[in-house]
Amino acid sequence: MRSAVTAAARTKDERRQVAWAQIDADGWRDWARDLKTHVLTHLDDYLQQAEQSLAANGCKVHWAATGADACDVVVRIAERLSARSVVKAKSMLTEEIGLNGRLEGAGLAVRETDLGEFIIQLLDEPPSHIVGPSLHRSLDDCRRLFHERFGTALDASPETLAATARVVMRDEFLDADLGISGANFLAADTGTVALIENEGNIRISTSIPKVHVALVGIEKLVPRFEDLSGLIQLTARSATGQPIGNYVSLIQGPRRAGERDGPDEVHVVFVDNGRTNLLADPEAWEILRCVRCGACLNTCPVYRQTGGHAYGWAYSGPIGAILAPGLLGLRASMPLPFASSLCGACAEVCPVRIPIPELLVYWRERAAAEGLTPALETATMKIWATLSEHPDAFGVAADAVGALPLDAVGRRLPVVRGWMEERAAPQPSRERFLRTWSRKEEGQ
Amino acid sequence: MTHAPPPSVTFLATCVADRFFADACWDAITVLEHFGVSVSVPLGQTCCGQPAHNTGRREEATRMARHTTRVAGQAGAVVLPSGSCAGMIRSCYPSLLSRDTSLKNGSIRERGAEETSTLPDRVRELSEFLVHDLGVLGRRWSDSGEATPRLGSGLEGMRVAYHHGCHALRELGVRDEPLALLRACGARVESWDGDMECCGFGGLFSAKFPEVSAGMADRKLDSLPEDVDVVTSADGGCLLQLSGRAGHRATGGEPSFTHLATLLRRGLT
Repeated sequence: MRSAVTAAARTKDERRQVAWAQIDADGWRDWARDLKTHVLTHLDDYLQQAEQSLAANGCKVHWAATGADACDVVVRIAERLSARSVVKAKSMLTEEIGLNGRLEGAGLAVRETDLGEFIIQLLDEPPSHIVGPSLHRSLDDCRRLFHERFGTALDASPETLAATARVVMRDEFLDADLGISGANFLAADTGTVALIENEGNIRISTSIPKVHVALVGIEKLVPRFEDLSGLIQLTARSATGQPIGNYVSLIQGPRRAGERDGPDEVHVVFVDNGRTNLLADPEAWEILRCVRCGACLNTCPVYRQTGGHAYGWAYSGPIGAILAPGLLGLRASMPLPFASSLCGACAEVCPVRIPIPELLVYWRERAAAEGLTPALETATMKIWATLSEHPDAFGVAADAVGALPLDAVGRRLPVVRGWMEERAAPQPSRERFLRTWSRKEEGQ
Repeated sequence: MTHAPPPSVTFLATCVADRFFADACWDAITVLEHFGVSVSVPLGQTCCGQPAHNTGRREEATRMARHTTRVAGQAGAVVLPSGSCAGMIRSCYPSLLSRDTSLKNGSIRERGAEETSTLPDRVRELSEFLVHDLGVLGRRWSDSGEATPRLGSGLEGMRVAYHHGCHALRELGVRDEPLALLRACGARVESWDGDMECCGFGGLFSAKFPEVSAGMADRKLDSLPEDVDVVTSADGGCLLQLSGRAGHRATGGEPSFTHLATLLRRGLT
């Protein structure tokens, strides 16, 4: 697993580097940060404008305060249509709210149509990456899976596997009663739902079934249609290193009179699910700028070690570790804010300049203030701070650390134990520098 | 022709280097004095507060930041043999010392001497100070008098792998300085695929998530170029992590792990 994750993440990271070297990276980042910040600080206005634009386009707008509410909206639409089957475009929001389980519980057959999502649906696994949900699975894993399920050869080429998935999906696309998608962006002025992809499954999922439901996090708004161009390119460059996705769908309502293709109904479900609370947080609101490109996952040395499943919910990597406390609550998210060396690689690549390391520290501060950190750690830090204010005592303590026979007792000491599990004991200097320095000064 | 008075600096050893890299502290001072710098070492120095900051103990981190600010004096450069502690002071102190220390009560205190300190602007990692403040690389090529002290060639033939500590790299923007100094002293700095990747130290992170942290160190060690004599870094914490992991694996043939200050002192000859 580790080698598959590391290799895939590195490849994506290297492609991103190439793609960003071709553009004025700082200028693009500043522009995107400012645009998203503007939207978030005027979100109520833009939501109202978007609702009017969508209605004018013939879309039906729904509001969902929670994930459960959003699921209920979709189930009610499905029940009204007497729908039996659903095709889904890849959507992290639907992973966040557990839509698939809810739909299946209501008796619907759900098919994920993104190839990566298709693979993990067959494996009954959650996604391990925001952009590449099956990134933790190697090609050989997929070969074995397709061999068992569809009888393809054990050495089948990736092209053969993709073609096989396509055949399986084709009838399901044609039979589906409902197509469900997320949204990368939604332009408030024109009511346009923007979706970026490489495989074409999103376009099919949103155009063949008679009804299309788009679930949209309220932070996905942009003011103007013309803002989409920059954001779509920026997201593609960050996510996969492409100048633009292979397909960009700009959906502006249901099929109109005289048009041959497209759904009869388009529903847009605006989902809050904790976002308004997060927006009210004086520090953490900046997380809502996230465009879900996954660049911070790809560059993160911790993510490369652990993969996405270790984070325990839909969003993994650095962004997952700061988003979890915001949407799930801090207690439920422990110890994610601490699962970082604070190396800062994530902040360097974020296309909307989210200060991820600072926000990790912010959640740590909140956790410490709310008593969610280990009592021993709290006590140690209090003692450490007091010692630091008393240099003589600090010096005695530092001498004592040097005198500890760590090889013999280290494994029984808190904190040191964690170090000793995986590393040789550090070798202290014979005498501390400050001791020798002060002796030299006295001698003068 | 007038000469500028020899610069004087305050040296903060940092608690990690004081305890585990005492020789490197002396080496840093030797290098500074070689270039005519007068070095003072305040004996009241302790810890910059980074462990408390990284574990979310804002109040404790602020107390330690106040103490360090008082100890470091009012003027002149403050030089540290650590990018991480220098980064803590430069990028975290301003916010620690300007915001209220307690998240619970919103009381506003009067701004004291620590809040208005210029320490964050005066703090320097050693190689940063040598290159930018002293201009020691320029001296090598200058035609000034014989008495001008210069770097030597004491590292001639040495094959070095340089680990960029994350905070030196990203908080201080120190990247080329240590490499240029090592090369100027004759070292051959080998290209290392993972040189800018985190070693997995991260302070308490290394003890809280030992397996993940060790995996990160392995990735560094496994990608080391062959036949490297010395792995070096401006940060003692990273060196403890890398050497500790290498010692634990004991695969044999490990390079030595040596602080940058020590190599630069050897480079003077």
